[in-house]
Amino acid sequence: MAVLGLYNYWAVIVLMMAGLYILIARYNLIKKMIGLGVFQTSIFYLYISMGKVQGGSAPILDDAVPLYSNPLVHVLILTAIVVGVATTAVGLALIVRIYEEYGTIEEDEIKAIESQEHDL
Amino acid sequence: MIADQLPALQIVIPMLAAPLCVLVRRSFVCWCISVIANLLVLWVAWSIFKQVQSDGVIRYALGGWAAPTGIEYYVDSMNSIMLLLVSFISCVVLVYAYQSVIKSVQTGKHYLFYAAWMLCLTGLLGISITGDAFNVFVFLEISSLSMYMLIAFGSDRRALSASFRYLIMGSIGASFILIGIGFLYAATGALNMVDLASRIPDAQSQRAVLVAFSFLTIGLMIKSAVFPLHGWLANAYQHAPIVVTAFLAGTATKVSLYVLLRFFFSIFGTNYSFGSMLLNVVLLPAAVAGFVLMSLVAIFQSDLRRMLAYSSVAQIGYIIAAFCLASQAGLTAGIVHIINHGIIKTALFMSVGCIIYRVGHAHSDSLDNLFKKMPFTVTAFIISGFGLIGVPLTVGFISKFSLISASMERGWWMIGVLVLLSSLFAIVYVGRVIEIMLFRQSRTDNPQPAGMHEAPLLMLIPMYLLIAVSLWFGISGSTTLAVAADAAAALLGGYR
Repeated sequence: MAVLGLYNYWAVIVLMMAGLYILIARYNLIKKMIGLGVFQTSIFYLYISMGKVQGGSAPILDDAVPLYSNPLVHVLILTAIVVGVATTAVGLALIVRIYEEYGTIEEDEIKAIESQEHDL
Repeated sequence: MIADQLPALQIVIPMLAAPLCVLVRRSFVCWCISVIANLLVLWVAWSIFKQVQSDGVIRYALGGWAAPTGIEYYVDSMNSIMLLLVSFISCVVLVYAYQSVIKSVQTGKHYLFYAAWMLCLTGLLGISITGDAFNVFVFLEISSLSMYMLIAFGSDRRALSASFRYLIMGSIGASFILIGIGFLYAATGALNMVDLASRIPDAQSQRAVLVAFSFLTIGLMIKSAVFPLHGWLANAYQHAPIVVTAFLAGTATKVSLYVLLRFFFSIFGTNYSFGSMLLNVVLLPAAVAGFVLMSLVAIFQSDLRRMLAYSSVAQIGYIIAAFCLASQAGLTAGIVHIINHGIIKTALFMSVGCIIYRVGHAHSDSLDNLFKKMPFTVTAFIISGFGLIGVPLTVGFISKFSLISASMERGWWMIGVLVLLSSLFAIVYVGRVIEIMLFRQSRTDNPQPAGMHEAPLLMLIPMYLLIAVSLWFGISGSTTLAVAADAAAALLGGYR
């Protein structure tokens, strides 16, 4: 029961490992960015999960609401989402430039091209 | 009035300078704005430094929200050093950058370059000044994202792939730090560093604290390029515009090392990190392997930037080894080396920048007899190169001497021996280049451009300013040692 009750954390673990695996194992740069996105999203879930209070409602300051979830983690994650979006944007912009310069977005092909380049 | 708001101004000035640059767009005006902003930042950092030296810790509640509710800026003797170091190095390199940027960055994009520089400075200063764990992550990402952008400005297309690799590694590192901070929050319910430090002793038995500790360790090791996790560094240093490399080498990894210090010593506490968690067992072999192997690897690099990049990883190894001693003397040695290495490595990259400015590349094999043509640049390289080796009367000697004596004090004499071994390697890799530049006869097929002469004054003056500072710190080593000892005592004492 304890294992099932923590299902949201299991989801976090699965997503995190999947994201990290894609990040390491795929050579395609776009797929790497997808992996990074999944990885970062799993962290958002982790934060949101730990803010939930059993039986608590939305955090509204009102006498009718005696118990509410922790709002701080939501604020933190709002910031982290913005950071994640910015990272993805910079990453994708770099991929566009890499494609213009190398004509490929496969990391192994880029490496092969680079190994033939010499400084002078 | 202004004196009370200094900690906020430290961050606000460069942050406002960035959009101003984007609005103005004129290359020269943007450079002026950045330099003025940076001079102001330097003045603020100096005032904060003086204030901390005389009155002790500054705690600044941002927006008037007191500590546990709001975000707090916490400045003690440790991070006032970092603020001063970062703003000083950035200021010097920025003045130097003007000529180099015209030559190496595409015209029409200069304003973006300076804007990114200002944002990066904002992030680095923010990491150093903040007293809130989550805020560290936010500023870390501000500085990293603008750093990826700055690296991608490199004229070589390999700058793009280097920047992308750094982005992937850096994001993984930052995410690990984010996970670590999350677990800490789950275990203690605090994000303020002083609060965290006071609550961790009660929460120590929880596994969440252990997990947080592990994630933070790995994340910070990636960010500060500690030996096995330094893969992103060499390419980024080699292909970025040389001014960015100079800036990055002197500040970015140093600031990450500061965060590492802050978490391990102030927040988790020395006893937890180095006593029960045995951080030594993980970090010390990495650090020692780092400074021995990377100094060895540096010998075989023909590109000066790549050679200095590997030497940077080795120097980070020294600093981490000094931290691992976890004693007053060890920490002092580590902090002194953060300052000294920041200065000499920046000066070295600046002299390489002068070489690239005139010669067009930094391939050591074709720099023969460069001294005849660029005497000042080569002299600067030699003086700071000696600093890197640790010749007496240079800063490198002060840091290596204090590191070796600190390890002897702990009884770990093997570290002292290995430091000497790696210094021998440093003699080889620096000496090899000096030999080429001073004594090797010019070949007939030498690809150096004809009519080459000394680098422009606007590049030489900032470079010699740094070298003067490094010589001053080297000859009267007691100044930096006293400041660093103060900071080490503050870190070991924890928050009060």
